[in-house]
Amino acid sequence: MIKDLIDREGGAKALESDRVTVGIATCGIAAGAMPVLEKIKKANLGMPVEGVGCAGMCYNEPIVTVMQDGVKSVYKKVTEDNVGELIDCIKSKKVCKKLFACSELTDLDYYKKQKRIVMKNCGLIDPLNLSQYCAMGGFSGIELAVSKKPAEVVKMVLDARLRGRGGAGFPTGLKWDIFSKKSGKKYLVCNGDEGDPGAFMNRTLMESDPFRILEGMMIAAYATGADEAFVYTRAEYPLAIETMSAAIKILQEKGLLGENILGKNGFNLSIKIKKGAGAFVCGEETALMNSIMGERGYPLPRPPYPAERGLWGKPTNINNVGTFGHVATVFQMGVEEYQKIGTEKSRGTKIICLVGKVERSGVVEVPMGITIGEIVEEIGGGAPKGTEVKAVQSGGPAGGCIPKDMFDLKLDFETLNDAGAIMGSGGLIVLDDEDCMVGVAKYFMNFTQEESCGKCTPCREGNTRLYELLDKITRGAGTEQDLKTIKKLSEFVKSCSLCGLGQNAPNPILSTMRYFWGEYLEHVRDKHCRAGACASMLAYKINENCVGCGSCARVCPAGAISGSPKQKHFIDDEKCIKCGKCFETCNFNAVEKSG
Amino acid sequence: MAKIDDILAKYDSAHELIDMLEDIQAEYGYISEENMRKVEQDLKIPLVDIYGVVTFYSAFKLKPSGKHTIKVCTGTACHVKKSDSLKEHLMKALSVKEGETTSDGKFTLELVNCIGACAKSPAMMIDEKVYGELTAKKIDSILKEY
Repeated sequence: MIKDLIDREGGAKALESDRVTVGIATCGIAAGAMPVLEKIKKANLGMPVEGVGCAGMCYNEPIVTVMQDGVKSVYKKVTEDNVGELIDCIKSKKVCKKLFACSELTDLDYYKKQKRIVMKNCGLIDPLNLSQYCAMGGFSGIELAVSKKPAEVVKMVLDARLRGRGGAGFPTGLKWDIFSKKSGKKYLVCNGDEGDPGAFMNRTLMESDPFRILEGMMIAAYATGADEAFVYTRAEYPLAIETMSAAIKILQEKGLLGENILGKNGFNLSIKIKKGAGAFVCGEETALMNSIMGERGYPLPRPPYPAERGLWGKPTNINNVGTFGHVATVFQMGVEEYQKIGTEKSRGTKIICLVGKVERSGVVEVPMGITIGEIVEEIGGGAPKGTEVKAVQSGGPAGGCIPKDMFDLKLDFETLNDAGAIMGSGGLIVLDDEDCMVGVAKYFMNFTQEESCGKCTPCREGNTRLYELLDKITRGAGTEQDLKTIKKLSEFVKSCSLCGLGQNAPNPILSTMRYFWGEYLEHVRDKHCRAGACASMLAYKINENCVGCGSCARVCPAGAISGSPKQKHFIDDEKCIKCGKCFETCNFNAVEKSG
Repeated sequence: MAKIDDILAKYDSAHELIDMLEDIQAEYGYISEENMRKVEQDLKIPLVDIYGVVTFYSAFKLKPSGKHTIKVCTGTACHVKKSDSLKEHLMKALSVKEGETTSDGKFTLELVNCIGACAKSPAMMIDEKVYGELTAKKIDSILKEY
């Protein structure tokens, strides 16, 4: 029994007692949390000082939470310089008003529309403290699972109508059902190769609550009979790899990984970490398997699906990090409770990374069915001052853009697909009126043409040509014929590529063409970029505000600006390379930019 | 015993090739032809396949890297927050282009797709340390730390 192995009460007591925690996941560290943690530790406060994961409000990092005499205070933007004030306040048992964020996270607008079930431990518990994980309901999921027959466990996942969180939304229960009926040696893989730019929810979960993912894998292993598992993680996530490795070791020591787990005869599982080596295509399951086997990460045609023929030719079941997190959550909270959240076809919650031109960015967990507008405006607080939100980009390089006038769209797998975007891994990048939509499409095509593995021609050649055509348009040399060619070629690449990477690569083009066709036309007809982002279409002019200080002329790399001291200066259009240095330098608003 | 021998001794099957190469990359900063030949002998994999793997994954280098590797994130969130200008600033400050190493061998400049610090964009990594919300000024002071 779990309670014989782990001190659950001790963990619960620790969470309620006086303690100071500092968020030291990657976002926290990037904001300078490590020196803050060190200083608080050295202050001898007479209570435990712990590093915890990421609570998701990255915009407020570094975050320090103080639990003192039963009162909780969350502090934001605590830096090496101002942590002294906070330490003084803790010592005198006062609230440090200057840095105070909230008592409970749910007091903040950022959390009001969230539903944190998978992320509930993130930023609260020490990620590698088993007692604390258990105190929060950890391992009650696997306990429930092993009290049932494996086939019943698979049925529970089917009943929960859980769909994969890696992107495509395939029913997890169905995948397990097919896989569990295979006999002989079987493998389990946790896909943590989170390559989509703008998505880091897997990293957050691995760094903040690794046991939840591992518990999900244990449930999967029990239900399906796989006894050897791999966690495949990107090389760019050193902290996630370190945390997951340490968590696996702890479970091995406790006997929760190994043989006859929890006294169940024949319930065996070993988990190994496999580090990626920097190839986007390895997030695709067949490429990922090749990479695990030490080969080039080339994708293979499907079928056969991994459940038929996977690692070393044996049946293999691959789920995303998030999916395993959800599995553990379903079993901890019960199928019925989980079912109540979300929409008819998309149950439960989705972890979203809200980034880009938004006031409050971070990792948020929302119920399926919430609107895009609620996420961007109410959780994210809209665009930063001075700009207008224009669209969101969803689903990474395989996804698409949703314009602002469609922000009442509901977040679920089908709705986003119909709108030409996809749920994908769940990255939502907010774009504002300074972002050129042709430029955004070009950015993604540059990404995919670089990351195309080169195995099939439509993806290797097609995406490169698409990128070149978009580049031509943003340079002001595009024609209407180019737009037609782009459309035709996009359809071709979509229908003829071998794997998901190529099949979805033109989505960013097709969705921006669908909703922002006017911008494409302006680029080719009028050589005009309304966002002012395509440098070659800009014109710079000096107006009457000019005092003749000469600072623009000094920074101009092309020597295009002339004028006498204290006299109005001029830009020579012939020489101007449109770098914008003069515009950035002028203190008198005398340089005008027009698109 | 040379370090390469320790690494070779650690692994014994062909499917651990990537792990082995990662260790070699970490130890030597690149994968030399000499070391590839040693791997060939050890794992009994044709050299061409090893070369294929080395050139497929961006983490492996065929040329020595500098003492520290700067990875500038070019992910979408960083892109819309103008990471391009930071990249140019770094190139100018270090007098290198993408993939090159400074003449004193201190820094290698690389561009990477996404380091997952999107909420702190624009971001970069130096070795395994992540820096966020960068400005040209902040970069200058960070470089001085090394």
